[in-house]
Amino acid sequence: MTFKTLMMTTVATLGLAAAAQAQTVGFSQIGSESGWRAAETTLTKQQAEERGIDLKFSDAQQKQENQIAAMRNFIAQGVDAILIAPVVATGWDSILAEAKEAEIPVVLLDRKVDSSDDMYLTAVGSDLVHEGEVAGKWLVDTVGDKDCRVVELQGTTGSSPAIDRKTGFEKGIAGHDNIEIVRSQTGDFTRSVGKEVMESFLQAENGGENICALYAHNDDMAVGAIQAIKEAGLLPGKDILVVSIDGVPDIFKAMSEGEANATVELTPNMAGPAFDALAAYWKDGTMPPKFIQTDSALYTMQDDPAGQYEARKDLGY
Amino acid sequence: MIRSLRRVAPQLMTLVVLAALVSWFFPSFLQIDMSDGRLVGPVIDILKRGAPVAILAVGMTLVVATGGIDLSVGTVMAITGAVAASALVSGWGVPVALILAVGAGMIAGLWNGCLVAVLGIQPIVATLILMTAGRGIAQLITEGRILTYSDTGFGFLGSGSILGIPVPALLWVLTGVLVALLMRRTALGLLVEAVGVNKRASALAGVNARGLIIVVYMASGLCAALAGIIATADIRGADANNAGLWLELDAILAVVIGGNSLLGGRFSIAASVLGAMIIQTIDTGILLAGFPSEYNLVIKAVLVLAILMIQSPHLASEWALIRMQIARRRAAREQEV
Amino acid sequence: MLLTIQSLTKTFPGTKALDGVNFDLSAGEVHALLGENGAGKSTLIKCLTGAYRRDEGEMHLDGRLISPTSTSEAQELGIGTVYQEVNLLPNLTVAQNLTFGREPRRFGLINSRAQKLAALEMLQGYGLDIDVGRDLSSYSVAIQQIIAIARAVAVSGKVLILDEPTASLDAAEVRMLFDVVRNLRDRGLGIVFVSHFLDQVFELTDRLTVLRNGQHVVTEQTAGLDRLQLIHHMLGRDLEAVEEQGHTGHAPIVERPAMLHFTGIGRAGVIEPFDLTVHEGEVIGFAGLLGSGRTESAELLFGLRRAQTGEARDQSGPISIETPQSAIAAGFGFAPEDRKTDGIVAELSIRENIILALQAQRGWARPLPRAEQDRLAADYIKRLDIRTSDAEKAIGDLSGGNQQKVVLARWLAMNPRFLILDEPTRGIDVGAHAEILKLIDRLTEDGMAVLIISSELDELVVAADRIIVVRDRRHVSELTGSAVTSDTIMQAIAAEDHAPAQEVAR
Repeated sequence: MTFKTLMMTTVATLGLAAAAQAQTVGFSQIGSESGWRAAETTLTKQQAEERGIDLKFSDAQQKQENQIAAMRNFIAQGVDAILIAPVVATGWDSILAEAKEAEIPVVLLDRKVDSSDDMYLTAVGSDLVHEGEVAGKWLVDTVGDKDCRVVELQGTTGSSPAIDRKTGFEKGIAGHDNIEIVRSQTGDFTRSVGKEVMESFLQAENGGENICALYAHNDDMAVGAIQAIKEAGLLPGKDILVVSIDGVPDIFKAMSEGEANATVELTPNMAGPAFDALAAYWKDGTMPPKFIQTDSALYTMQDDPAGQYEARKDLGY
Repeated sequence: MIRSLRRVAPQLMTLVVLAALVSWFFPSFLQIDMSDGRLVGPVIDILKRGAPVAILAVGMTLVVATGGIDLSVGTVMAITGAVAASALVSGWGVPVALILAVGAGMIAGLWNGCLVAVLGIQPIVATLILMTAGRGIAQLITEGRILTYSDTGFGFLGSGSILGIPVPALLWVLTGVLVALLMRRTALGLLVEAVGVNKRASALAGVNARGLIIVVYMASGLCAALAGIIATADIRGADANNAGLWLELDAILAVVIGGNSLLGGRFSIAASVLGAMIIQTIDTGILLAGFPSEYNLVIKAVLVLAILMIQSPHLASEWALIRMQIARRRAAREQEV
Repeated sequence: MLLTIQSLTKTFPGTKALDGVNFDLSAGEVHALLGENGAGKSTLIKCLTGAYRRDEGEMHLDGRLISPTSTSEAQELGIGTVYQEVNLLPNLTVAQNLTFGREPRRFGLINSRAQKLAALEMLQGYGLDIDVGRDLSSYSVAIQQIIAIARAVAVSGKVLILDEPTASLDAAEVRMLFDVVRNLRDRGLGIVFVSHFLDQVFELTDRLTVLRNGQHVVTEQTAGLDRLQLIHHMLGRDLEAVEEQGHTGHAPIVERPAMLHFTGIGRAGVIEPFDLTVHEGEVIGFAGLLGSGRTESAELLFGLRRAQTGEARDQSGPISIETPQSAIAAGFGFAPEDRKTDGIVAELSIRENIILALQAQRGWARPLPRAEQDRLAADYIKRLDIRTSDAEKAIGDLSGGNQQKVVLARWLAMNPRFLILDEPTRGIDVGAHAEILKLIDRLTEDGMAVLIISSELDELVVAADRIIVVRDRRHVSELTGSAVTSDTIMQAIAAEDHAPAQEVAR
């Protein structure tokens, strides 16, 4: 068994080396502060393996200086490209210039930086406003002409996902006066606060009788809110529609049990599009667009939530 | 009885005023209904939601009474929640999960207590160590994800109810009453207060100050474990990143609103848990009133400041003085006339 | 008159601390303010310095009506105060302390050269030759005291209040301080001198005022009074003659059975190993200067510090004195020198303070029934004549003498066989002083052994059957019977270092 695996790996490596001269890519990850981040790391490693790319991984533990050090290290090793999920937006100019000097393309994952866009090859990320819009459109399509009073669980007050996902949702429901956001409060992106705030919404809206739908800026808050709805004696997914964003495994589980209606996936697979762009660049110097927007796929109860849950549960969410 | 009522009178008054204030914004605040055999209403929510902070405040009161402080309780909540959830996920059953969680909390308390009492490290520094390191430990246990379990028996501790009353509410009342009885029906309360006022003199009188300090930190760890269990039961999962986040500060605030001196000495557990209810009433009241969330923290800060100022003994004497001066001035004016 | 106070009244909940008190002070005099603890001295001073606001009465300084609302305001007006515990900042330099709050500045920054010069100028005329750039804490309490005076004089300059300034000074330091005070008097300051030491009052002051129970008793020329009259004024009754009586005439030691044997108790750098046998019903005195090792010896006996060598035993075998708890279990008690930091538990009530040691010994799980607590408290309040309205009063609100009685009550409630009293009468007024000495006498009649540590030789002579003299961290000699007199103790303490060496040579 071990021998066989070893043989296969060796053969594969040799074959690839002969075919495409395995590329080396350095990846500076922010850390592992959330399940989504962990899934991104897992998927990046998976994607690299699938493409025969030699990935050098560095965990910055939420510190920019660690990321800069890691990048300098990658440059010194002469990698073929660098992926970075920048922990903050500012302070990258000089290290990006060093990479440019060494003619190493840099791809930003998931977050952007303030440096001018000729300093890096491209940025891969989702459009937070678009995510909110997809969620809003789903609700518009679902309720039709019926009146619908919506309660909203915002993310952490002042954070860009909270602002953008709110804006997007409002854009999505714009022009449909039958849909109205009646209460909006921060649930801090956490399950427990999501639950607590949902309880107060239920209290304030006649035990939940007056609420038609819940829009949560992330799935965790929705999962907490679903429990609050259940404990109030209502059926989440039926009495109150539940739509949220992120696509974490637990929301698919809830969907498979009929307790949530829809989620908009913020894919942790940022590396796939990044590697595609890099492959084209390596091949013939094709310049990708400066921003590659990942899919904001909508998943509903019809999209085999149980299967989606199984596919995701081991990604490290 | 009358004495203890007088001790908590300011806290009770504050609660009444807050209830009136919230009712003004949200008229059905005090309304309690029966639905599916359980009591429902904002007040019931407060009793339930306030459980973690109230239980933390019980342990914190004891620590504060010895002149210490325990910054690690929020983190210990995360650790114990993670321990309980991973035990459940591993299929070890509710009793084992509870025992392991409580054990983890007490070990955390033992660690803090030893740092403070044996090594003589300042409490704020000693507990800061676990406060920072502990979340990492919790994340190691949950492997960085929200550990979701599906055991309904455990969930009962967070969202069940007995005789219509939410279990968390019963748990904090029970904890408060038991600890208060333990303190006042034995000599523990007196010894803790003596150590808090003057550790040297107490040790010289033969009080085992070191042992007592370790015990109060363990009690605080035990309370944090209970709070962690409730939080984990509440959301049917252990969220190592967010469980108990900043709750140590709410617990300290509850103790302070309860009129207990951070310098140690006399303490009242009843006043502290009332302090926790005051904080929760503010939190829930803000949510019910429906202000935009940007205002939440500002409103909370203003209310807390107002409460602390009104309760301040210094201010009370200033008030008396101002009143006296006014009276004097009036008397002088009358004389002139 | 520089300062006149007329019918000053200050009431606290439950007590009238000052009741229509009159006081005056002229420029160029030293005026003693005397009274037992609780007589109202400190309240008077606090009203004068703005720490308290008076309820009634008038205060005139230089003919102007004043009502300071803070100490800094009082300082501005010209009233400076120096307390027993020097209230300067020990970790700042002398110069920084002297100019604190009024630092000479250049470009907004403190000019440290000018600061030192200003400090040196302020210290002129005080006969101090010190480096003002060094930390205050590197100088003795006496010098710190004088620095505090210099600061107060420079800041205020009219009235100087000295509150128990000599309590922690030795004889030479007291002389140095008195020179400074006389010098300031000659410069025209009015000085209020508060002290328990009557000798010092007679030596230094021009006039004196006695307060008792918040009321003015007498103001007289010091020279016109004798000691007995003064004590009479202070106590309002004739001091019972315990002190004058001289030796209390205990039976000779040999007749009493030995109770405890300590052999070779010692700790490096603290006290050399010593032997001590304690007999039933005897009073042992430890005499010696501060820092000689007398307190440290007692601390080893009580397990407050762990002895490195030696053992303790009683008739039935070895006993442990490793910690206070084990010493207490062996029937020891210890009333420490520093009552405030080591003795009382200030916030707790008198009752709780009395039962504390007893409760600690019973363990937390066996609380003393409340009725029993109340009985004990009432009993000791009565037996020791602790003056309080209520056993539930916080001990911190009592006067020093009454606090000491509560600490004694705490140990007596344990019924110990060996009670160590470190400076039992320090900072206590004359009346309470005599009562405590009488109490010790009474206790030994029942077989309890007492060890007294005191810097007051007269007290030792009166109370102790034998005296052990401690010098330079060694127990150097023992005096018994008729050899116990102030003179002999003094000689033993003062003996030159070579004296014991000669003894050994012989």
